[in-house]
Amino acid sequence: MSLLQEERVRERDYLTSEYTLKSWLLTTDHKRIGLMYMVSITFFFFIGGAAATLMRLELMTPKGDILHSPDAYNRLFTMHGIVMVFFFLIPSIPAVLGNFLLPLMIGARDLAFPRLNLLSWYIYMIGGLVALFVLIFGGIDTGWTFYTPFSSMFSNTMVVPAAASVFITGFSSILTGMNIIVTTHTMRAPGMTWFRLPLFVWGHYATSLIFVLGTPVLAISLALLAAERLLHLGIFDPALGGDPILFQHLFWFYSHPAVYIMVLPGMAVVSEIVPCFARRPIFGYKFIAISSLAIAVLSFFVWGHHMFVSGQSMYGGMIFSILSFLVAIPSGIKVFNWTATLYKGSIRLDTPMLYALGFIGLFTIGGLTGLMLATMAIDVHVHDTYFIVAHFHYIMVGGAVMAYMGGIHFWWPKMTGRMYPEMMGKLSALLVFIGFHLTFFPQFILGYLGMPRRYFEYDPEFQVLNVMSTAGASILAVGYVLPLVYLLLSLKIGPIAGPNPWNATGLEWQTSSPPPPHNFDETPVVTVGPYAYSPEATEEAINHERD
Amino acid sequence: MSATETGAAQETTTTADPLLYHHFDDLEQQNDTSILGMWAFLATEVMFFGGLFVAYALFRHQHWTAFVEASRFQNVMLGAVNTSVLLTSSLTMAMAVRSSHLNQRKPVVWYLIATMVLGSAFLGIKGYEYHAHYEEHLAPGVNWDWEKAKTHGERSDYTEPPKASPLAGANGTRYVSDPSIGEKAKLYYFLYFFMTGLHAFHMVIGLIAVGLIAYLAQKNWVSGCGATHIEVTGLYWHFIDVIWVFLYPLLYLIEPGRS
Repeated sequence: MSLLQEERVRERDYLTSEYTLKSWLLTTDHKRIGLMYMVSITFFFFIGGAAATLMRLELMTPKGDILHSPDAYNRLFTMHGIVMVFFFLIPSIPAVLGNFLLPLMIGARDLAFPRLNLLSWYIYMIGGLVALFVLIFGGIDTGWTFYTPFSSMFSNTMVVPAAASVFITGFSSILTGMNIIVTTHTMRAPGMTWFRLPLFVWGHYATSLIFVLGTPVLAISLALLAAERLLHLGIFDPALGGDPILFQHLFWFYSHPAVYIMVLPGMAVVSEIVPCFARRPIFGYKFIAISSLAIAVLSFFVWGHHMFVSGQSMYGGMIFSILSFLVAIPSGIKVFNWTATLYKGSIRLDTPMLYALGFIGLFTIGGLTGLMLATMAIDVHVHDTYFIVAHFHYIMVGGAVMAYMGGIHFWWPKMTGRMYPEMMGKLSALLVFIGFHLTFFPQFILGYLGMPRRYFEYDPEFQVLNVMSTAGASILAVGYVLPLVYLLLSLKIGPIAGPNPWNATGLEWQTSSPPPPHNFDETPVVTVGPYAYSPEATEEAINHERD
Repeated sequence: MSATETGAAQETTTTADPLLYHHFDDLEQQNDTSILGMWAFLATEVMFFGGLFVAYALFRHQHWTAFVEASRFQNVMLGAVNTSVLLTSSLTMAMAVRSSHLNQRKPVVWYLIATMVLGSAFLGIKGYEYHAHYEEHLAPGVNWDWEKAKTHGERSDYTEPPKASPLAGANGTRYVSDPSIGEKAKLYYFLYFFMTGLHAFHMVIGLIAVGLIAYLAQKNWVSGCGATHIEVTGLYWHFIDVIWVFLYPLLYLIEPGRS
């Protein structure tokens, strides 16, 4: 591309085509909406992170000393959960990277419903504002799970507004999911067959199935909870003929699949990063693609493993236990295939790859401990202890957040046109990895020894491990603040990236960085599958450069 | 075909049809997308109502007697009339879809108006039923009094069936709480109002959508009598109809022999 052409492209990319505030607030460009989501969820991430920091500080000593009251502690962990789950993790990869990249990856000019896409951001923001209102004016102490009968009969906190915030935000997920499904079906470029789709698209398609089929059930269970509180009915109150376990069933029918909403997009990101930095075609493409769908389908049949001690039937528990074990098969397929992709690859350990490798390791630990928890006998032993907390943080933070960070670094040059500082990137990836282990590995031991979760004070014998955990959290915090600083700085001082800094395959790398408003100057025609990498060609290119 | 040619061809179609949004290649793709989008949305809606149907199934199983008693205060006749009104509105909606495919603008508008009239009639009858329940102290959270409801108006000769003996637990123990039939009937009426209320809410949205499209078609502001718009709205309208087809027997006809 000549200098003149480059100048022309730079002039009209999606960031610089218009500058007014209105052009952002009323945009229907999926790339701009993706960036708006990125700013919003980053804000909520640091709010949730602040709550986590306070909790870890409180838990440094066995006595309650920083917060003075268990009530404040209850509100903290509830807000941490609600904000991180519903306002950060669930929208994180699908609404930011998925929004930005999915049309680019399939060669489309936009998502199928651009205005619904914008609407989803506004709905998310309204839900977010309600959540902030709850946070500022009193909080809620039920835990992010809103369990009845505590939430319906006993809690005197802002249960209804908090439920409303989650209810509202759910609709933004539904709209995103609908958009991704329909876009994948109808907007593919000529030649982009289903098995030429990047695995990123497969992962997001599977996620979207859960968005569309799971989220409304959460919405209706929260609506029932609100109705019970507002009208003083007895839907979940056994004394009035209701059933508190019904709430758990409805809640986990969505909220267990929601775990896969968080991790499937992470897997999707890793499936893009690993072949690019190993310079190898992905091993077992079809198996990875289908395993995403398998996880999405199975996710709807395992919710009862959250309820082994709820009094549900023992046979029900056994069936849920077996079905939960089944999820390990598609998950294992993915981990083995990523590992096999590395074999005989020409591996480059750049920042995105460090995050991706971190994901594979941490997800494996999180997944295997998940199998322990799917075993009824062990689950009864460690139920409601720190073992659970450690397990799901390995999946959600070690899995989903690592992948999100990896994806942000990988596609940062595409989104902004600038490179981030590589050394700082590697440092932050390393800090996150070390800090994460130091924070959460001790919690496995704490839980196994019997320290219950959601307690404000604890037995002094647990202090050493808790101090380790808090120390790890401080390293983790540095690892998260650092990228915020250098990524923002890179917008001004980062070197110009060019269309394809990683020498990656995939349609998104064939357009300029940042892409023009309509993505492609000419609709691309696809003739080969994704991941046409070859280690030999890469070696040759490197040798050629040396000569 | 090379990439350049494809791009150029699309460029021409984009400028040709003002009704084509910029990110679609042709109208057919745009129509397919709209229709698939509605199907995806209906999948969400099925699950949305699904949670309530699960709650209904659970409580009806647990409180069979109370649900039968409570459903005796429903006006089965009005429910049946409403069912036929709604089914007829689905017929007129289907006729509107057909006329739009045949590009007959006038019948399209008239069929849409007929759909709106029938839909409004449904809501009117539903509103009358709600009002009657309110008068009879059968509105949980607003005006609920089972004792008064039992003796209200013509039902003064009503006798409640004897309370079933408390359920026995696994080891012969008895459950601590055994709510009265009135409490359980309250659950029934809550579910009744919640489910039919959510259904009525969807009807209102549907009426607005049908009205909007009738207006657009009348003004000739949509291409081909708005075939895609009408088809998408029609899908939604039929979905509402299907929900009612399940609600009516579940809520009104639990044990009709007794009423």
